[in-house]
Amino acid sequence: MVKYFCCAGLLKNTWDQVCIAFWQRYPNPYSNHVLTEDIIFREVTPTNCLISRRLLTKTSRAPRWMERYLPKHMASSAYIIEDSIVDPQKRTMTTFTWNISHARLMSVEERCKYRINPENGSWTEMKREAWISSNVYGLSRAIQLRLDVF
Amino acid sequence: MNSVGEACTELKREYDQCFNRWFAEKFLKGDRSGDPCTESFRKYQRCVQKAIKEKDIPIDGVEFMGPNKDKPES
Repeated sequence: MVKYFCCAGLLKNTWDQVCIAFWQRYPNPYSNHVLTEDIIFREVTPTNCLISRRLLTKTSRAPRWMERYLPKHMASSAYIIEDSIVDPQKRTMTTFTWNISHARLMSVEERCKYRINPENGSWTEMKREAWISSNVYGLSRAIQLRLDVF
Repeated sequence: MNSVGEACTELKREYDQCFNRWFAEKFLKGDRSGDPCTESFRKYQRCVQKAIKEKDIPIDGVEFMGPNKDKPES
């Protein structure tokens, strides 16, 4: 069972500022659960795009409503990979983030696309999509009910 | 921000500083005159890849944007 979630947003900053900030995103007051951040691969492609892979470790604190579905002693750190492509010619950035630990429990994948807002060149349009799935009996239904609340 | 390899945090900071400057002042401005950060990147990578192996973090064989392959274009 895969639950799909999509939203769009407007950032009142230039696309350049958004990309620059993207690499300086951590730490920030909302990311106390992010323990480490590393670039583990980076290259400029022949078409002059910057491709990067970032490895994040986060504390793995499940929300209380999820705890009843989880094994009693779970690893306390989660590993997440974020791959990104910055195209300075097209002025677009695409990121794809997913967890590489606890994946059998729950898989969360997120794709974000950033581009210049067509109506205001000083602003950035962001489109965000997420795919969330779980094979754990009961957990997938609980996720579905929780997300429907949004 | 800390590196996953405790010994690598300083190397990470040095590389990040170099990268952030190059990214804003050269890369985004279309200046292709070359990357001044290759040396600091190399030192940082040597350290962090070793830490990743030691901690058994499962990054091997994970294709770039792999899971994006089966997703529809938006």
